[in-house]
Amino acid sequence: MTDMNPDKARRSASLHRPDARTRRRNAAEKRFRACGLAAILLGLFFLLVLVATILRNGAPAFTRTVLEIELTLSPAQVDAAEAEVFKTRAYAQLFIAALQDQLETRGLDVAFDAGALERIVGQPGGTIRAHFQANPGQIGEPVVFELAASSRVDGYFNGRVSRATLQDSRFLQASDLDLVDALADAGILRRAFNLTFLTGADSGVDNPGGAGIGAALVGSVYMMFVVLALALPIGIAASIHLEEFAPKNRVTDLIEVTISNLAAVPSIVFGILGLAVFIQVLHLPQSAPLVGGLVLTLMTLPTIIISTRAALKAVPPSVRDAALGVGASQMQAVFHHVLPLAMPGILTGTIIGLAQALGETAPLLLIGMVGFVARGYPEGVVAGFTEPNSAMPAQIYTWAARADAGFYDKAWGGIIVLLVFLLTMNLIAILLRRRFERRW
Amino acid sequence: MAVFWLIGIVLALAAAGLVLGRARALACVGGDARGLHSRPVYHGWTVAVAVLGPVGLVLTFWLLVQPLYVGAVVSAMLGDSADPRGLLLAEVRRAAEGLEAAVETGVIPAALAEDARADAAEITRRLKAAGQVVTSDLTAPVLRAAQRTLALNASGDRAMAGVVLAVALAGLVLALRRIAPAFRARPVVERDLRALLIAAASIAVLTTLGIVLSLVFNTVGFFRLYPAAEFFTGLDWAPSFSGRGGASDLGVLPLLWGTLYISVVALAVAVPIGLFAAIYLSEYAAPRFRALAKPLLEVLAGIPTIVYGLFALLTVGPLLMRVFGEAGLGWMQSGTAVITAGLVMGIMLIPFVSSLSDDIISAVPQALRDGSYGLGATRSETIRQVVLPAALPGIVGAILLAASRAIGETMIVVLGAGAAARLSLNPFEAMTTVTAKIVSQLTGDADFASPEALVAFALGMTLFVLTLGLNVVALVIVRRYREHYE
Repeated sequence: MTDMNPDKARRSASLHRPDARTRRRNAAEKRFRACGLAAILLGLFFLLVLVATILRNGAPAFTRTVLEIELTLSPAQVDAAEAEVFKTRAYAQLFIAALQDQLETRGLDVAFDAGALERIVGQPGGTIRAHFQANPGQIGEPVVFELAASSRVDGYFNGRVSRATLQDSRFLQASDLDLVDALADAGILRRAFNLTFLTGADSGVDNPGGAGIGAALVGSVYMMFVVLALALPIGIAASIHLEEFAPKNRVTDLIEVTISNLAAVPSIVFGILGLAVFIQVLHLPQSAPLVGGLVLTLMTLPTIIISTRAALKAVPPSVRDAALGVGASQMQAVFHHVLPLAMPGILTGTIIGLAQALGETAPLLLIGMVGFVARGYPEGVVAGFTEPNSAMPAQIYTWAARADAGFYDKAWGGIIVLLVFLLTMNLIAILLRRRFERRW
Repeated sequence: MAVFWLIGIVLALAAAGLVLGRARALACVGGDARGLHSRPVYHGWTVAVAVLGPVGLVLTFWLLVQPLYVGAVVSAMLGDSADPRGLLLAEVRRAAEGLEAAVETGVIPAALAEDARADAAEITRRLKAAGQVVTSDLTAPVLRAAQRTLALNASGDRAMAGVVLAVALAGLVLALRRIAPAFRARPVVERDLRALLIAAASIAVLTTLGIVLSLVFNTVGFFRLYPAAEFFTGLDWAPSFSGRGGASDLGVLPLLWGTLYISVVALAVAVPIGLFAAIYLSEYAAPRFRALAKPLLEVLAGIPTIVYGLFALLTVGPLLMRVFGEAGLGWMQSGTAVITAGLVMGIMLIPFVSSLSDDIISAVPQALRDGSYGLGATRSETIRQVVLPAALPGIVGAILLAASRAIGETMIVVLGAGAAARLSLNPFEAMTTVTAKIVSQLTGDADFASPEALVAFALGMTLFVLTLGLNVVALVIVRRYREHYE
């Protein structure tokens, strides 16, 4: 071999001891590799921070501060209260008496008035009266009431409001916190699971405590029904046409190009489409899950078509050939043999497309499915499709955009609910793939 | 509701046709299916298709034409004096809906709602009491038009039900009579099925067409009210909130600037991290690490954007404020700023860059690497000087796709970037984007005839053209590159 290296001194050095240039090159190699690893770790770190933030901030939404008190009203007390002009106030006074009783038996002496109590638990009289009117048989028996505390008290319990930051207002005063502390020490005021958050509807702007994601969740579920009912059959039909029957011509090319382009069109453009076509031209009801579902169907269709085609392509040609060989028509070969074999892959792709649709917000805002529309549950199964409602992500957006910080907890909590749904759907997709996927 | 029941009845007829057709086919060969050209179930399907096909066409046509016809009649009734025609028609429609709901709930007796001499003020009062019309008083012509709308719709619905049922029954009877042992039912059914498949495939084209048409029509409408030159060259974005009139400045440049600035910040975060991650995953990582890290990174792409928006607004914004805000360096006025939205969007885009680049880097032929190693290059030298140049077109395509994502992203900028449109170089200032303004101009009680609402369609058009251009360029680059090596 010709000696290519003019540097004689380097040749004489031992191969076991790297020279300066080799060391430099090896160091560069190590740096490069470390950069790569650092990039991945940084990405994973972001993921971890995101998940931790969601869990830490969202957890308070699932609990609320309740004032738990056992109340025994004798029939005479009830009759006396019913005889008064201000009935609920009479009940409230009975409640205050009972509370004082309980505090005394626990040996706690705190002075409080009706005003302070009202700032902490609202007006309990109505709740108590309604309960006894609905269950007259419980008069005279001990009944345990769980009364939701106001959102400021809630904030005090989960650290959003502290004595230092609290400004006296008609909502809560610094002096009330002594009573709150005493009640908490007595175990009367405590954190409890907040079912209202999961089953309730959106509340007014000044009542973050009563806000729930239930109605929006129902809206989301209705939309997913629409998407599933439309996107799955249409997606399968379109994919079968493109994969099995379409002739190689310009029309087919056009369809393929539009599908790959639609997959990359920003979601908000689909919202504009929904507004202009479904609402302005076709006069479908505004804010309805039906319209939302239609928009999301158009949006997810490209994703579903792409994955369905991949699933169809994965079925080996020998299956088709065998079917055709024993006399099946092309249609029969596809519908009786190829499609069933591709079904697990198709369902996996569809579920992932649905999950994508479930988390989409922007197009829903344009067709009017904003959070404050979700004021209650639909009145019937059919009405659920056409009555104004919201969806989980839009509800979260509405909460995040409100001024009261009490809604931020709800928004994070809503994200946990949303992510639980997404996680479940993705898990089902993974299980389907694991269970039914065939390698040919 | 009437349409709902109609469709239900037709579907029931089709199902009955399926069963009857099958039975009739079997009956005409004495129960021995071998005597038939096609299997009995195909005969059944021909009947069902004969019911559903024509009904579907008639129903679609009717539902599209009836509102147009009613609209034409009503606007003829209102005469040419109607100033903004669209507004008056909308009012008529609202009144009609209110009347209908009021009759349904029994607030207004049907006779009064239909009475052509009914007092407009009286009906307005009753409707308001029922919480139906809250905006304005009904004038007599509007009320008459609304009553006429209701009457036309009612008779139209009745006629539609009659025609649809007649068509369905005719299809059922004719198809049943067509069944014979030699009738080639399978090819007939398969031909119809083929047509259905083609129709499904062309929905994508229809969607694109719908997007383009709705954007173009409304954009043209906007340019009729607002000069196009000012929209494209205007340096100010200041829509008036009070209503119509020329008081708004609707220049797109500040919005485009905000969009591009935030996208550049996002890419500055996502491209280095994503690219290095892709290199490590495809060139260095052990298979087990890769199998774990790649899906985990891709989780970042599967998280809904509203989550990132909240993350930007409530976590990253306050965090940045603590460092750059008044308590820290004093560069930042509020948590919502270009840097906030850009950073968070960058995190979202990492997997878009890394996954695509990973695929592209893995597709570079091993022979190139082996050649480089054979010449004595280290791995990093091979990657930098051989693999990356070979993969460069594909990587550029991946970055362009990520850029188009960034430009079209909505929720992160709505929540994280602020609402003020400004032309500034300072990344710590709040800016806004095309997408954020589409949302703000179209949510709420927008009046769709005003330039303030219509501008959203022009913005949408800008966005659509921009992202489409980026996607097409990216796809062309990626495709050309793939052909190069395969």
